[in-house]
Amino acid sequence: MAGPPTTDRSLTTEVGADRRPVLELRGVRKEFPGVVALDGVDLRLFPGEVHALMGENGAGKSTLIKVLTGVHPSDGGSVTLAGEDVHISGPLQAQQTGISTVYQEVNLCPNLSVAENILIGREPRRFGMIHWPELRRRARELVRDLDLDIDVSAPLSSCSLAVQQLVAIVRAVDISAKVLILDEPTSSLDRDEVRQLFTVMGRLRDQGVAILFVTHFLDQVYDICDRVTILRNGRLEGEYAIGDLTRVQLVQRMIGGELAELDVLSDASRAEAAEAAAGEPFLRAGALARRGSIAPFDLDIHVGEVVGLAGLLGSGRTEAARLLFGADQSDEGTITVNGEPAALRTPRAAIAHKIAFCSENRKAEGLVGELTVRENLVLALQAARGWARPLSRSKQDELARHWISALDIRPASPETQIRNLSGGNQQKVLLARWLLTDPRLLILDEPTRGIDVGAKAEIQKLVQRLSGEGMSVLFISAELEEVLRLSHRVGVLRDHRMVATLTNDGTLTPERIMATIATGAQK
Amino acid sequence: MSTLTDTFRRNGASIPLLVTAALLVIMFAAGSVQYEGFFSGQVLVNLLIDNAFLLVVAIGMTFVILTGGIDLSVGAMLALSTMVAAWLVEQHNWPPLLVIPLVLLIGTASGTLMGWIIHTFEIQPFIVTLAGMFLARGLCYTISTESISITDPTFVSIAQTRLSLPGGLFISPSVIIALLVLLAAFIVLHRTRLGRNVYALGGNEQSALLMGLPVARTKIAVYAISGFCSALGGVLLTFYMLSGYGLHAVGLELDAIAATVIGGTLLTGGSGFVLGTALGVMVLGLIQTVISFQGTLSSWWTRIVIGGLLLVFILLQRLSTGRRRA
Repeated sequence: MAGPPTTDRSLTTEVGADRRPVLELRGVRKEFPGVVALDGVDLRLFPGEVHALMGENGAGKSTLIKVLTGVHPSDGGSVTLAGEDVHISGPLQAQQTGISTVYQEVNLCPNLSVAENILIGREPRRFGMIHWPELRRRARELVRDLDLDIDVSAPLSSCSLAVQQLVAIVRAVDISAKVLILDEPTSSLDRDEVRQLFTVMGRLRDQGVAILFVTHFLDQVYDICDRVTILRNGRLEGEYAIGDLTRVQLVQRMIGGELAELDVLSDASRAEAAEAAAGEPFLRAGALARRGSIAPFDLDIHVGEVVGLAGLLGSGRTEAARLLFGADQSDEGTITVNGEPAALRTPRAAIAHKIAFCSENRKAEGLVGELTVRENLVLALQAARGWARPLSRSKQDELARHWISALDIRPASPETQIRNLSGGNQQKVLLARWLLTDPRLLILDEPTRGIDVGAKAEIQKLVQRLSGEGMSVLFISAELEEVLRLSHRVGVLRDHRMVATLTNDGTLTPERIMATIATGAQK
Repeated sequence: MSTLTDTFRRNGASIPLLVTAALLVIMFAAGSVQYEGFFSGQVLVNLLIDNAFLLVVAIGMTFVILTGGIDLSVGAMLALSTMVAAWLVEQHNWPPLLVIPLVLLIGTASGTLMGWIIHTFEIQPFIVTLAGMFLARGLCYTISTESISITDPTFVSIAQTRLSLPGGLFISPSVIIALLVLLAAFIVLHRTRLGRNVYALGGNEQSALLMGLPVARTKIAVYAISGFCSALGGVLLTFYMLSGYGLHAVGLELDAIAATVIGGTLLTGGSGFVLGTALGVMVLGLIQTVISFQGTLSSWWTRIVIGGLLLVFILLQRLSTGRRRA
């Protein structure tokens, strides 16, 4: 299923046949209980290149980085650094052998000065005492080497996140200048800050550092990277020179080529949706935005309509949904429910407007593992009723029995602790919990992630049925096929911006959505 | 001096320290205006004489709090040290020159043990040192439930020694010891890698680990230092009280924490100065002095004022850190 590895042609043209990789991974394998996270992954980094590591959520990027930095030991395969086999046992040892990592969340000490953060652990000393003037002089020198203008005696906490990231890079490069891993460094930077970061990256590349750059932003890959390694489902999809791939091809390879035939929406359902779309929407978002998470977007969701949200992970899908549920507060824009302005400032307010939200993170945000199926089921309904009006036990049992059979939850016992259920059945309990509050709009964020195929199909069927019964659904999924199969309309997000709303009129294909994701049709 | 101001500026945490210094000056000025005989150098020097043991304990506490930890065992450790010293010297006739190092060793060792437990088993320092506190207090009573007076000539002569300063002032040897500890702590915290690692650990432990700093060693070291300081505080208290007693220094851990916080060290760690702690101890001492000069107030008013001050300083910390992060 993996595509053919790099053709020799691209390599000879891009890196030169005479050059040898500074870091080479061969057949790296990593298993977690029940999951093979990495299977036979190869990665080659050449000195003086910026190499993108790309892949969808769950493709194995972070696992690969954790193996590289020694956070997780690999279960198989070999790592060669500058021609020698190395065994990486931990972050400190990785640093010492020449692999430094700068993470998305800056791992420095905000209370210390910039100079100290760069040099702590390696402070210049005189007579056993730290030599402060020398320390600041060296820090200033290192900062100047990268053409940066940072006051090294300022406390790190007074610097912007972008500058902190640069400080982390200065530190990493000073420790070891062979391989630098940048794990999504740009996700919270603005345009100018990204440019500054790229200047530094370019300079390091010129100095012969091999940079592994992990990002979700396609534009940035084309801006700065020389080559790209794509992972899919824990396997190597391929290694390419960036010039050999168009954006659409890149997205296609990340998402996968197996575009199974789709259950087309029934004509009847489509006609109904068209009818509904002619009327007033159940919910209308006007120029809704939240700084740093999503740019202003408009979205109508009509009665009985399924609206899909597509886009790469981190493109703002979840952020948009959280605004509609009041889980995050918007900075600007309006929400109208049933034609009346509604201030959805808290989830409570959203629930009062009959909006329900199934979080993508079932374990952390949704389910209480220690409670039973019955107890989890009635949580939202009980919260909506208020604690002064408890549900009677017999009512609870009745609800539990009803929904367990309606959604075919297994094992069909209301008193099982929910953590003992499979992912798919947990998801069904979560769905049932919201369904029994009788919502008019159901927001589903990645409802089918991490569950098996059978359960996936059942949940998809359920969504279709609910929409047929007049419920509006906002359906978020990383799987384009699934989005297409269910949605009447698809909102496409890219770099925290809704770039298009496409109507699923039978001509919409995953390729068209991919193209929109890749190029940003309305940009 | 330039290094000092530089250090303050770089850490941007000098505001609470300046407030404490100002408070000290204002309190002293107010006392001088209000009470006859208050305005004298000896009143200030007496603050040091009466609180030398507290200063030493608070210095150890500052190390711990700078890493973001807490040590509740210091008062009990101090009591245990007075007890062991008095017991060995009086009832077993051990020479003081052997007993004092032994007591310091016991303190350091138990601090090390607590630090090791905190680090290895990832247990809240609060809980581990609480256990240490009960343990040390309990051990006092296995030695004796009564106070043991010290009549050993060495202890007595140290207790009675007064060193003259110019201007007719005098200090006790304990003051010199406490000031030496203060100087050593300042140098360690600001001029050695251990000290900087203490600050780094308090800033962000996860980062410190990923930056390759010796987190385990540093963490254990601060509790060892605190243990040493409580034992030394105990020795200084025996010079002051000439007795060992299981009820010595009840609640001292809270005074030490209060002095540290009033001195400008953040309870969350990573920011503060050991010199501030010295000012904090002086403030606590001065409150006591004012109340004793006042004459009609019960000594418990000291507690009430300290409580109020602590509240003000914690709010001040909250506001100043909040502003820096905004």
